[in-house]
Amino acid sequence: MKHTLTHLAQLEAESIHIMREVVAECENPVMLFSVGKDSAVMLHLARKAFAPGRLPFPLMHVDTSFKFPEMIEYRDRLAKEVGAELIVARNDEALKRVGGPECWSCTMCADILKRQTLVEALIKHKFDAAFGGARRDEEKSRAKERVLSFRDKFQQWDPKNQRPELWNLYNTSHAPGDSFRVFPLSNWTELDVWMYIVQENIPIVPLYYAKARPVIRRDGMLVYAGDIVHPRPGETVEQCTVRFRTLGCQLCTGAVESTADTLEKVVEEVMVARNSERQNRAVDKDREGSMEEKKREGYF
Amino acid sequence: MDTPASNVAELLQQEQNTSGLLRLVTAGSVDDGKSTLIGRLLFESKGIFEDQLEAVQSASTRRGSAGGQLDLSLVTDGLKAEREQGITIDVAYRYFATPRRKFIIADTPGHEQYTRNMVTGASTADLVIILLDARQGVVTQSRRHAFLASLLGIKHMVVAVNKMDLVGYERAPFERIVADFTEFSTRLDVPDVTFIPMSALVGDNVTGRTRNMPWYEGAGLLHHLETVHIASDRNLIDFRFPVQLVSRPDLHFRGYMGTPASGIVRPGQDVVSLPSGVRSRVVRVIGPNGDVPEGFPPMAITLTLADEIDVSRGDVLVHPNNIPRVNDTVEAMVVWMAKDPLIPGKQYVIKHGTRKVPGFAKAIRYRVDVNSLRQHAADALALNEIGRCVLELSRPIVYDAYARNRASGSFIVIDRETHNTVGAGMLLDRERLDPEDAAAAPAPAHAVRPARASHRVSEIERRGRLKQQPLCVWISGTDPADVAAIAYVLERALFDAGMTGYVLRGDDDRCGGDPMRLAESARLLCDAGLFVVCATSTGQQIPGFDRIKQAVGADWMFAVAMGESPAGPPDPDVRLAATLTPEAAVEQVIRSLQGRGWIP
Ligand SMILES: Nc1nc2c(ncn2[C@@H]2O[C@H](COP(=O)(O)OP(=O)(O)O)[C@@H](O)[C@H]2O)c(=O)[nH]1
Repeated sequence: MKHTLTHLAQLEAESIHIMREVVAECENPVMLFSVGKDSAVMLHLARKAFAPGRLPFPLMHVDTSFKFPEMIEYRDRLAKEVGAELIVARNDEALKRVGGPECWSCTMCADILKRQTLVEALIKHKFDAAFGGARRDEEKSRAKERVLSFRDKFQQWDPKNQRPELWNLYNTSHAPGDSFRVFPLSNWTELDVWMYIVQENIPIVPLYYAKARPVIRRDGMLVYAGDIVHPRPGETVEQCTVRFRTLGCQLCTGAVESTADTLEKVVEEVMVARNSERQNRAVDKDREGSMEEKKREGYF
Repeated sequence: MDTPASNVAELLQQEQNTSGLLRLVTAGSVDDGKSTLIGRLLFESKGIFEDQLEAVQSASTRRGSAGGQLDLSLVTDGLKAEREQGITIDVAYRYFATPRRKFIIADTPGHEQYTRNMVTGASTADLVIILLDARQGVVTQSRRHAFLASLLGIKHMVVAVNKMDLVGYERAPFERIVADFTEFSTRLDVPDVTFIPMSALVGDNVTGRTRNMPWYEGAGLLHHLETVHIASDRNLIDFRFPVQLVSRPDLHFRGYMGTPASGIVRPGQDVVSLPSGVRSRVVRVIGPNGDVPEGFPPMAITLTLADEIDVSRGDVLVHPNNIPRVNDTVEAMVVWMAKDPLIPGKQYVIKHGTRKVPGFAKAIRYRVDVNSLRQHAADALALNEIGRCVLELSRPIVYDAYARNRASGSFIVIDRETHNTVGAGMLLDRERLDPEDAAAAPAPAHAVRPARASHRVSEIERRGRLKQQPLCVWISGTDPADVAAIAYVLERALFDAGMTGYVLRGDDDRCGGDPMRLAESARLLCDAGLFVVCATSTGQQIPGFDRIKQAVGADWMFAVAMGESPAGPPDPDVRLAATLTPEAAVEQVIRSLQGRGWIP
């Protein structure tokens, strides 16, 4: 026996260690379940971390109400299978005030329906630690993000007030009201996540697989034409074989043309991909450094 | 094997064959070319994406320093505020992979926060790359980087002599740097130092070999990173399992979850829980996919034990014949990371393994100047200062010296008011207890000592050979014959249990009736790794049991009193009724020794 682990096994062990540590030391943790592939992996790891026991925290999904129906179905089925409590945070009041999907821009949706809803829900439930599936390789500004990212009472992130993280000794001490976002997948790359999904046979939302879907070409993006987005004058709905590389709202998640209709094909596509995954999310494209600003205000 | 996988099956196959993950930290002074080097590694191994590249391209033309060319140093730029100032001030993590290995780079830029950043990045690193500018040679900062790497216990160092293009790719300046650096680095504790001449800008010796320096016969940087052997850096000898969580999902299951700090655990092995000393046996080792025959670092595992013993978070499970130090007064090198200085006497919380204990620095022995490596007296440690401190904790911790065991020898210091992480510490082996400490500190249980001054065989090695730990059972009573009888029965019992040792009698002529001489002889036998049973009785003049205990070594002392002898220890580990037969008395002593984890 050479007593070494493959790199996926090393990453898996690190993530499990982080989750156990936070559960041991924090009073009221929650797992933010965004329904994408990263949350699927995170949830899978959490089940392993606490087996044979049940998940020692609820799952929370921030639902803008503009999500794809496949995501909601998948979410509910998984939560039931896991036997976890599912909290759905939704800003019905804002939705009523502003109106239907046509009244929302991506920026407004991200700010009010996602960021604000999330922050309010975290405060309301008094969660002192919220697991998120974000990775450091996702975006430039994330490279310096800590595994335990400190948030003040307003759930704000101050880049100057983050703690040094040494060895695997995580400091979960905090004043009442302050909290952490915890990123157990910090050291995973996109390809690691996909390989792990293959290795562990983790079910993911079918939207990741290519299929003929109705889409509209808008601002250089392929937008899904369903209940939420309707063609504007001059636009037409086309039937294209597309898949989604990241999942979000129907408003601002672009599809890519692809024939990858199996997990293997998807991973192979990722292997040769030359564009980082968030490119098709309109929300990030606003301008250089935009993610960072959102993060400061409490958005993921 | 070296061609990138073209499909999922190949990818998974490669995953099985690769040598896992290498964590590295980069260090260099401003403008030595660190960003350019990292940018090139990421770029050439496809660690950056095309849209990121586009952003770099547009930024290069806007404000790059490479004359409108693609400025690879911009790839690693971080937060916006820092971008605006054109400097980076925090540790950033980057990822890239080759078919042979996956890499995580901790990028720790220079400037004022240097020490804090480098120490943070180095704490998890297997390897450090120290960048030098070939024109400038070994500068103060290079020494500082090397010292910090050594302090943090990094075993592999690459000295990247960069900008070789600017010295005409000549051999002489490179050789001069190798000589200068070596002269200094031999004083450090880094077993593997490799020098590579390179040009990060041109790409010489970064991802491939270059033709520009035919005189250099070694590997290029990437090849070295792919092949450097790190598996044996881990400590697989001393099993230490800090319990992270106790899992009790139902009445039938009670599991202890955690990540072994070191060593290997298998079902069927005996374990002792420290600091309590309660023993049990491992029944199951459960990995992420079910039962496994072995658990070792960095696996996240769950153990089940044969007995329902009281073990909770913060306790450490170890093998009974390989016991770490358990102490509430410890010495450590402390790196200070906060604006408010470390002040002796101020209360902090120490997080060590899975245990948090309140404590304070009792003294700062000295501060190290990271530039000159000289030691200075200090009353406090300011931000980015490093010093050797004596810490007093409100409860004992179970630890090893950092040099021997990174995971059980490290801790962080947490401020009680701000809750921030304000310091990082690396525990040291203490040569001997200060007289002052010895008086103040309670007897530390089962501590391990380093090899004595001129000895080349350490206590650990002796333990490994003899399969026992040194032990002095000091029996005192009123009647010399009774005490001796018990001593010999105990010797027999321990001997029959496979242990090696000897009886020393206080009434023996060689000791001249002097308990201090007896204590000194006992110490020598313990030093040699043996057990010793000392039989003493009143009638002999006793100098006070504390002095005897100190002379033998408080770590090894196990005191037994027969009846209410006034000469005996005031607070013995075992008090025997005067009416017991020797056999019954020994049985009681053995049970007590077992209960405290002294003997199996
Ligand atoms: N000639 C030459 N210039 C280099 C080399 N490596 C980096 N540079 C230049 O040195 C300057 C500083 O490099 P940079 O990577 O930003 O240094 P850092 O401060 O260590 O990150 C830039 O202008 C680089 O283009 C090299 O190998 N040769």
